[in-house]
Amino acid sequence: MSTKELKVAALRNGTVIDHIPADKLYKVVSILHLEICEHQITIGNNLDSAKVGKKGIIKISDRAFEEYETNKIALIAPNAKINIIRDFVVVEKRPLSLPDEIREIVQCTNPVCITNNQPVTTRFHVLKLEDGIVLKCHYCEREVNRDKVKIK
Amino acid sequence: MSNNSLVSIADYSKEEILSILDSAANFEVNPNRKTLDGKVIATLFFEPSTRTRLSFETAVVRLGGSIIGFSDAATSSSSKGETLNDTIHMVSCYADAIVMRHPLEGASRYAAEVSPVPIINAGDGANQHPSQTLLDLYSIQKTQGTLENLTICLVGDLKYGRTVHSLIMAMSHFHPTFKFIAHDELKMPDEYKVFCMKNNIPFTEVTELNDNFNDADILYMTRVQKERFLDLIEYERVKNVYTLKNEMLANSKSNLRILHPLPRVNEIDPDVDCNEKAYYFKQAQNGLYIRQAILSKVLNLNL
Ligand SMILES: [Zn+2]
Repeated sequence: MSTKELKVAALRNGTVIDHIPADKLYKVVSILHLEICEHQITIGNNLDSAKVGKKGIIKISDRAFEEYETNKIALIAPNAKINIIRDFVVVEKRPLSLPDEIREIVQCTNPVCITNNQPVTTRFHVLKLEDGIVLKCHYCEREVNRDKVKIK
Repeated sequence: MSNNSLVSIADYSKEEILSILDSAANFEVNPNRKTLDGKVIATLFFEPSTRTRLSFETAVVRLGGSIIGFSDAATSSSSKGETLNDTIHMVSCYADAIVMRHPLEGASRYAAEVSPVPIINAGDGANQHPSQTLLDLYSIQKTQGTLENLTICLVGDLKYGRTVHSLIMAMSHFHPTFKFIAHDELKMPDEYKVFCMKNNIPFTEVTELNDNFNDADILYMTRVQKERFLDLIEYERVKNVYTLKNEMLANSKSNLRILHPLPRVNEIDPDVDCNEKAYYFKQAQNGLYIRQAILSKVLNLNL
């Protein structure tokens, strides 16, 4: 184990989310609802990273995430790395794949969309186009580029 | 939810569109039938649209159905803060189908999800208004004898005009050629041009009306609204450039017909009205037959 990996305390069992761009770290926290998670959580941010400049890392003890949960991360930090740890060993490197549909976490950019004016859960279709990824609101049909997405 | 709802023209396949048009042609022959006898249709207009509401209500009455509802939000329970979800559930206790117009975009898709009875979208903000698109298609087919291989000129507000956007989508099944005529501030958004390119639909763009429609089969005029212009001096300068006058039609094709979703402001000079190529009033009347066909389809009525 290199000294770099030791900057944040080692984890016995749980999930490590690494290589999160520093400015996306707290959005990942919010997407996974970690603010209400009762397990031990270690968060590091603005760590030096050759890959993403400044990076963030989150370690959650004794908790496994479903794929639909970790896939939400793909929306804002597609290059983040998810490692599942058991007895200090990485037992699974989980690839991130963007789901075809995203519920709840994204806010529609259209101020006159029904979802911004009534208690309606947001729902977006993920369109993988040649020139990038676009989210289309299921209700008002407004499209927004992935990099302009508003996370609730 | 009821799968029979009509929210967007994209909900209908080419075959479904053609079958609605056939059904409308039957209603045009005999619009007075009793197929909705004993049925109650709700018309919920959360924003006023007298033209669309009267058309739907006439369609219901001529089919022998009854109507409940409201014609603007001030008289509805939503003015007391009731959610759309609650209004829809309440009304669906009484009605067999709901025709709804709402100022919020996506309201109709949402209503269709929560409603136990079919929803017919009569306009949700600037989003969708499928009965308008279907009556446009009906008018095109009726005047040209076909929907295939036509040259269609779209004029006016091509940037915000939902009717022209929906028309492009719906006509994409029928090998059209488009000509977009609009001021730079109101030109066709890129996403619809990309849609045309992807579907091998040829189109050209020009900024002057003049007689640029001489090769067209359909001249589809839309309202140019003052509010759409950032520069009001520019509006004053161009508003008459897009006004169609009778003499401009001198060299147009004999089968050309002029459509407009109405109401018009000054896009079409009244001197065009008596030209046989003017079809916009008949187009509005076609809305009745289309709406009878839509009501019959969503309620699975045998004709
Ligand atoms: Zn929306």
